[in-house]
Amino acid sequence: MAEAQAPASVAETKQALAAASYLADESAALVSFLAQRLGKPVLVEGPAGVGKTELAKALSRASGRELIRLQCYEGLDEAKALYEWNYRKQLLRIQAGGESGWEDVHGDIFSEEFLLERPLMQAIASPEPVVLLIDEIDKTDQEFEAMLLELLSDFQITIPELGKVSATSMPIVVLTSNNSRELTEALKRRCLYLWLDYPEMEREMEIVRLHTPDLPEALARRLVEVVRMVRALDLKKPPSIAETIDWARTLLLMGAEDIDRETFEQSMSIIVKHRTDIDLVAERVGMKLAAPTQAG
Amino acid sequence: MSPAASPYGPRAETGPPGLAAKLLGFCEELRSEGVAVGTSEILDAFAALDQVSWESREGFREALATTIAKSQEDRRLFELLFERWFFRAAEAEAIEREIGETEQRHEGAERLDIDELREQIRQAIVDGDEGQMRDLARLAIAAFGRQGEGSGVVGVDVQRIRRTLELSAGAQPQPADGAAELPPIDRDQLNRFERHLRRELERDLIERTETLPPSRPLAELDRALPTSPTQDLAAVHRAVSQMKRRLATLGHEQRGRRKAQTVDVRRTMRASLETGGVPMHLRYRPKRPRRPEIYVLCDVSTSVTSASVFFLSVLHALHDSFRKLRSFVFIERISEVTEIFEHERDFREIARRISSEGGVADVSGYTDYGRVWLEFLTEISDDLDPRSTVIVLGDARTNGREPHAEVFAQVAERAGRLFWLNPEPRLYWNYGDSVMAAYERHCDGAFECWTTRHLENFVNVVAGGVPAAD
Repeated sequence: MAEAQAPASVAETKQALAAASYLADESAALVSFLAQRLGKPVLVEGPAGVGKTELAKALSRASGRELIRLQCYEGLDEAKALYEWNYRKQLLRIQAGGESGWEDVHGDIFSEEFLLERPLMQAIASPEPVVLLIDEIDKTDQEFEAMLLELLSDFQITIPELGKVSATSMPIVVLTSNNSRELTEALKRRCLYLWLDYPEMEREMEIVRLHTPDLPEALARRLVEVVRMVRALDLKKPPSIAETIDWARTLLLMGAEDIDRETFEQSMSIIVKHRTDIDLVAERVGMKLAAPTQAG
Repeated sequence: MSPAASPYGPRAETGPPGLAAKLLGFCEELRSEGVAVGTSEILDAFAALDQVSWESREGFREALATTIAKSQEDRRLFELLFERWFFRAAEAEAIEREIGETEQRHEGAERLDIDELREQIRQAIVDGDEGQMRDLARLAIAAFGRQGEGSGVVGVDVQRIRRTLELSAGAQPQPADGAAELPPIDRDQLNRFERHLRRELERDLIERTETLPPSRPLAELDRALPTSPTQDLAAVHRAVSQMKRRLATLGHEQRGRRKAQTVDVRRTMRASLETGGVPMHLRYRPKRPRRPEIYVLCDVSTSVTSASVFFLSVLHALHDSFRKLRSFVFIERISEVTEIFEHERDFREIARRISSEGGVADVSGYTDYGRVWLEFLTEISDDLDPRSTVIVLGDARTNGREPHAEVFAQVAERAGRLFWLNPEPRLYWNYGDSVMAAYERHCDGAFECWTTRHLENFVNVVAGGVPAAD
């Protein structure tokens, strides 16, 4: 198994992630580090929009590996995730090879040439080490999880007609879950577990500053404060980190100098996206902000 | 640390002596609190500990947590137990070796200027410097507790010291002389400082008495009971969303299968390979199960007050998961509250509106189950069919009134399935005015249910699994 360059320390991992514009906290950096050293998959859970998917992308950028992504949904099956026989091509082969005997054809149509590789297979078969992102694993059913077990513990896939396909390089596997259902114990046991939550005030400040360096610091602080205020309400969908960044960019475009009630109400739809939430936020947060200055 | 050696090798023994045993003891403790720690996880933990530097307490803890605690709830327990276990382990060791630091640790306390100390602590809290906080916590205890003059109750002393230090969360009172502005203190950060205070006080106590206080299991209350609606609503929501999957695929899979099926061309073609490209066997698209209809009846009388907050949060979660859900609350009469749940998001607001608009109490405020069944049956008997599931949340205490079990039997007969969740322990069923037995025999299942764990158990049983051991 070709060993990819693993980082030497947690601090190094953290730096590499920061260079890929992802500010990881201690536990995220440590888990990323362990994942690369121990070669174990990582299960990332947390509320929507705290950067679970982004972590996988950043790992791919930081380690220079290609990112292969499998987006899960209800009803996802092996044919879409692992591999599928290209039956059209197989039919053609059967018809075109009229002369040759059955033995030839039989051996032929179940070879790699007729295999359609889906993301999981791609990740295993890739000659270069990759980052495999299995996104929103909680959306699939338990049968699918069971199918993943072989892949996650041994990094191999068994195809009845071909035999075992083992990974040539150790992929970094990241699974994300929004916790919409409990995952099976068997799956959890094979993974390192990372719980990501909304970042603390200071770290969110750093994140905003990293993505919108032009935004004045005072305004950025105010913005993060307001976002945290909004998150403290019981909303259908609290604003994510990505939305905080979007909002920061919007304020920059609007040329806002302070977040007063008017600016807030104009741009609030960027962080709050449900009818009922909007009312609630306007009432609870909007009122707390200063009215726009009348002068000038 | 040679990476060539097996990560699961015997290297665990090369750590500081006794660590492996300590760690196993810790895992045992976790298991006794209900965290599922497998052998493979312990092996992973040792492998992970090989990779991190042990000087940093953070790194040590995180490496253990990421390999052992595999859910948020487990993580919470992990944090609680980690603190306790390693603190106790260190103290036990200290007693054994007769290492005490009472002599030196409070040195210099007399010379301390209180204002200066206050400033330093505030700074340490704002900086989030753990080591500094710990040292200052000791000084503060020395300065204020004056060794032995404390109340002896750790929790009281912590608050007393905090107040003397004038520490509170949020914006700080500004100094009168116009000195530098004080930065606000975060609630979490203050909690952290209080934790240090608590630990140091406990350490003092242990040193004075030279014994460890008995280790108690974490209170059941601390675990999962959502008494405060907003606090553990998430846990209830999790259990209910599992229930959704179970109910959605249960009971009526086989009905009307052959009618109106769609041929799956892709799979038919693939199957035709076996017959040389001639599609002999048709493959069909799998049929999606129909949506279940659910009726939830919830007792909100005073006899179940403590449980009704829990029940309402279950209802709240159910409404988030199911489209076709109709909910009813009852005391003496029954009233449909589906609309309130559909239009209102805020839990407190829902609770308020139900009590003010429900109109379910007549005169006495005592539950009248018999009347409730009669009313329920007249109101929605036409809608009940074998696809519907009825869930009753109540204690089956009729206050001596006619239970009308035969009407309940009719409801059970018309509905596909009927479940009863009772907020009382099974032990109390059929005592006093509880007529649970009369109803239970018509139910497809009756469960005790007052914590999220019970709720999960219910979900498991509904799914055909084995009930979890309590």
